[in-house]
Amino acid sequence: MTEFWYLSGVIAVLAAATFATRALPFLLLSRVADHPLLEHLGRFLPPIVMVLLVVYSFKNDAALSIDFVPELGCLALVAALHLLFRQALLSIIAGTATYMVLVQMGLG
Amino acid sequence: MNLSPLNAAVLRSSLPVLFGYLPLGAAFGVLFSELGYHWLYATAMGLFIYAGAGQFLAVGLLANQAGLMEMAIATLLINSRHVFYGLSLMSRMHNRGWRKWYQIFGLTDETYSLITATPVPPGIDAGRFHLRITAINQCYWLIGCSAGAWLGSQLEFSSDGIAFVLPALFMVLTIEQYKHLRDIRPFIAALVIGLGTLVLISREHMLLIAILLSLSVLMMQYAARRHSGIQHGGRHD
Repeated sequence: MTEFWYLSGVIAVLAAATFATRALPFLLLSRVADHPLLEHLGRFLPPIVMVLLVVYSFKNDAALSIDFVPELGCLALVAALHLLFRQALLSIIAGTATYMVLVQMGLG
Repeated sequence: MNLSPLNAAVLRSSLPVLFGYLPLGAAFGVLFSELGYHWLYATAMGLFIYAGAGQFLAVGLLANQAGLMEMAIATLLINSRHVFYGLSLMSRMHNRGWRKWYQIFGLTDETYSLITATPVPPGIDAGRFHLRITAINQCYWLIGCSAGAWLGSQLEFSSDGIAFVLPALFMVLTIEQYKHLRDIRPFIAALVIGLGTLVLISREHMLLIAILLSLSVLMMQYAARRHSGIQHGGRHD
């Protein structure tokens, strides 16, 4: 039962946070959202957050473990595929499949 | 099958999202099942949260046993781009009341692209068209999430390493951001801040600390730019 309440709490918080970002401009006037500081943050924050999320995946050493060397190699593969073909699904699936094969062969 | 012109148009335009959401949702589901929770929680996440990158991030946060505050802030930041979707969609919102709020709730990257890129077919009401596209996309996502989580918990296949979909997805999004921005500096700054925080400050709260550091750098840069703009009597860009 604790698991139920814990996960319900997590889902409620994440649902509220996600909805907040989508609803914000509809709740505030566009006058506020036009502020140059918000434009500045809106321009540079998303790319920074994406890079940080890539780095964040190297932090794991718990249940969903990622290994350093094969991960760097497979990330390079994902990047190369995506720069070449720009097919998000292809890049993600090819990189993940390669990584899974490497890890399951014991190279991880 | 006897489809109304409205439903036929909705099915036709949403087909690419079907092919994207089923495998991506299933990957989320399989990843989620690694945590050992019941598959119905994956369905609940697709139903109540409904965010691609956000749900993948949630799995990582759950695996790292992050605190609720860290989860909320990380989710707000990863979804912060949606604020700018909403801004550009305000003038195109054709629905009112609960329909409007459901459409805002369902404003994922894919739905946003579909709504902004697909012309409303002639003779079809724009509000109903957009509402049904939003709803059918969420159905695809729910099927993907549930099937992946259920299969992940039933099948005895080795999913070791599947967690890599997460960094792979973020790598793809990073490149998309670069193609959009065409400025390498924020990417290098983020790499330095991220690795620096990881190595020097804290492994445990890396994401939160690195985001707050980046935010302060951006604010100082903004203040400095405004200051020099005032000094030189002109606007800098």
